[in-house]
Amino acid sequence: MNPLAGFVTSTIVALALLLTLSPAAALFVFVVDISGLIVFVAVKAIPASRLVSLLWPLGLMAVLSAGSTVLYGRPGGEVFFTWGLVCISQGSLYLAATIGLRILAIGIPAVVLAAVVDPTNLADSLTQLWRAPRRFVMGTLAAFRLLSLFVDDWHHLEMARRARGLGSGRGPVAAVARFGGQAFALLVLSIRRASALALAMDARGVNNPSPSRARTAEWKLRDWGFVTLALAISCVALVIAAFEQAQGGAF
Amino acid sequence: MSVGESTVVADGWGWRFGAMPSLSNDGVSFTITAGERVLLLGSSGSGKSTLLRGIAGLLGDDEGESVGSLTVNGQHARAGAGRVGFVMQDPDTQAVLARVGDDVAFGCENFGVPSALIWPRVEQALELVDLRVSLDHPTSALSGGQKQRLALAGALAMQPDVLLLDEPTANLDPAGAALVRESVERVASETQATVIVVEHRLDLWWHFATRVIVLGTNGHVIADGTPEQVLTRAHDELERAGIWLPDFEGPNARASLAGNPLLFADDVTVARRGGAPVQKALSLAISQGEFIAVTGPNGCGKSTLALTLGGLLPPMAGALRASELLAPAHKRAKNYSPITWKSQQLHTRIGSVFQTPAHQFVRATVFDELALSAKTAHIDGAERTKAVSKMLDRMGLTAQANANPFALSGGQQRRLSVATALIAKPAVLVLDEPTFGQDSNTWREIVSIMGEVCDQGSAVVAMTHDPHLVRAAGRHMALSAAESSMGGVQ
Repeated sequence: MNPLAGFVTSTIVALALLLTLSPAAALFVFVVDISGLIVFVAVKAIPASRLVSLLWPLGLMAVLSAGSTVLYGRPGGEVFFTWGLVCISQGSLYLAATIGLRILAIGIPAVVLAAVVDPTNLADSLTQLWRAPRRFVMGTLAAFRLLSLFVDDWHHLEMARRARGLGSGRGPVAAVARFGGQAFALLVLSIRRASALALAMDARGVNNPSPSRARTAEWKLRDWGFVTLALAISCVALVIAAFEQAQGGAF
Repeated sequence: MSVGESTVVADGWGWRFGAMPSLSNDGVSFTITAGERVLLLGSSGSGKSTLLRGIAGLLGDDEGESVGSLTVNGQHARAGAGRVGFVMQDPDTQAVLARVGDDVAFGCENFGVPSALIWPRVEQALELVDLRVSLDHPTSALSGGQKQRLALAGALAMQPDVLLLDEPTANLDPAGAALVRESVERVASETQATVIVVEHRLDLWWHFATRVIVLGTNGHVIADGTPEQVLTRAHDELERAGIWLPDFEGPNARASLAGNPLLFADDVTVARRGGAPVQKALSLAISQGEFIAVTGPNGCGKSTLALTLGGLLPPMAGALRASELLAPAHKRAKNYSPITWKSQQLHTRIGSVFQTPAHQFVRATVFDELALSAKTAHIDGAERTKAVSKMLDRMGLTAQANANPFALSGGQQRRLSVATALIAKPAVLVLDEPTFGQDSNTWREIVSIMGEVCDQGSAVVAMTHDPHLVRAAGRHMALSAAESSMGGVQ
């Protein structure tokens, strides 16, 4: 699958869900997502353990958002329990389910895509299929690889402050000042690196007006298939939402 | 281009960066013919890098203004895009793409080489630099030396007439540096490209060069000829200007007079934070008056060992132990474990200088950086100003006293970071590459101050690739390659 097809597909479905407030539609998309994941694991496109490590933070986020909505969400319908600001009602349960399911339904494809997409492939597709400016795309691609140096820099900045006799100031003021100083130094270091990289890219002619291609990004029939599928799923979701509303489901 | 025709011609060329009051190059003139191998020398601040950037056509009108002319193959340097390949100093900021093959192909793509021709060129370039990894190999998993050869391959795939190398081996260990030089030599003889190298490591490049051009402090040419001619005609003048020459002689090795011990490493295993162990079962006693040089290949854990000895990084196994002399009992409480000391205690007992000087700057001016170190070392009142001024003078930084440390050149930053540790006169001084990027004058000054520190009863441990520094130290410790095969990868 072309990475752009992945992004188009997930964006279409996400937009459809954002148009509705229906838990049934979100549930439907969530079920489709899960079926998709099961297929991926079955054809060994991605190991199940990797999926778990990718998706647990999203699951946690969904549970936390849903949980707080259960307790503090706008009350409506039958009220089951109140205690101070806390009010669990039919309405807040309904809203919580909607929010939790929507986070999962929209989040799952986004997280999985971001993890499996090959950045070089995405950059090729952006420049060749969507004619995005090459310098910008390639620069972003290269800059992302510099991010891994950040963590290392931060540790060194910390140790350096200790080595210079500045490490043990106590209290929040000292901590904030130290953080500010380190953040500034990190910024200066990253600008240095970025300009060195930009120079290296310029030296290799990234600004040249008529580049050729070492790799060809292709938009295949299959990619149209994915987009069509996404449109179909969105339509079904919208129909479900309309049907639910007609039944008077919303509070 | 055929051999013998002129390729790079400078005629009274100079460049002024936007914010600077004076020209970086004060009217340089020379004619370089095709196939020449030029070694470009000059003291720091003579505008070597600016000149290379000019030749590569990388100086834009928005950055400054030029005088005179600079042409490549008879055309304005900026019109010669693709005719000039450029390899820079830092291995980490040159690879653009994630896979080796794609990265080499990047320049070809930009210059519109037809798709069918790109991959054969990529293979050819990688073979020429002897980088034998698969095209899918991740660029981030290469060692420093391999990254430099990758950058060289990326330039070669563009089939340039002129190849510019800005300190291509400065960051590499001797073995990695030798391989890069071999690759450049092979490229020069097989492609007949004109090669212009800026380097301080003359041991590697002097015999490669067919011509040496030397720039003076204000960027004009002070010597130009074959290596032999330059040496016979301008030897003393070059030496005074701090230019490294092949017959450089450093100070004699310090007599190793082992005084009382200060710090012990007992069976220490060192590892980066969250990383695999890089050196195992190291034992070392550091005594007063000792000057120890530690060498080893890139990625073998020299920097990690420096941080561990500096009391900044806990060892993964074994222990770092201070002697009673280094850590006198405070109110009868004894603590011989440096990693648990307070920051202020550590600073006066074990001083550290990091590999990247910019990591250590915490004040807005050079003067304040030094004053801070003097203050934490309890040098007070008029003494402090005196000590700072003296240190600035010896390190050649007096003119930069009010400059921001981040605005200094690489060599100046290194001197400042070394100076901040020296001024506090710690009992043990751990330095990571203290002489990197220095000219021969500042080198002598740094080494002589380190000697004085030893004479006063401190111990100096220096991690280094610099053979002259190894010779000057009394004791040499050579680390073997990293324990884990992933050592150089991160």
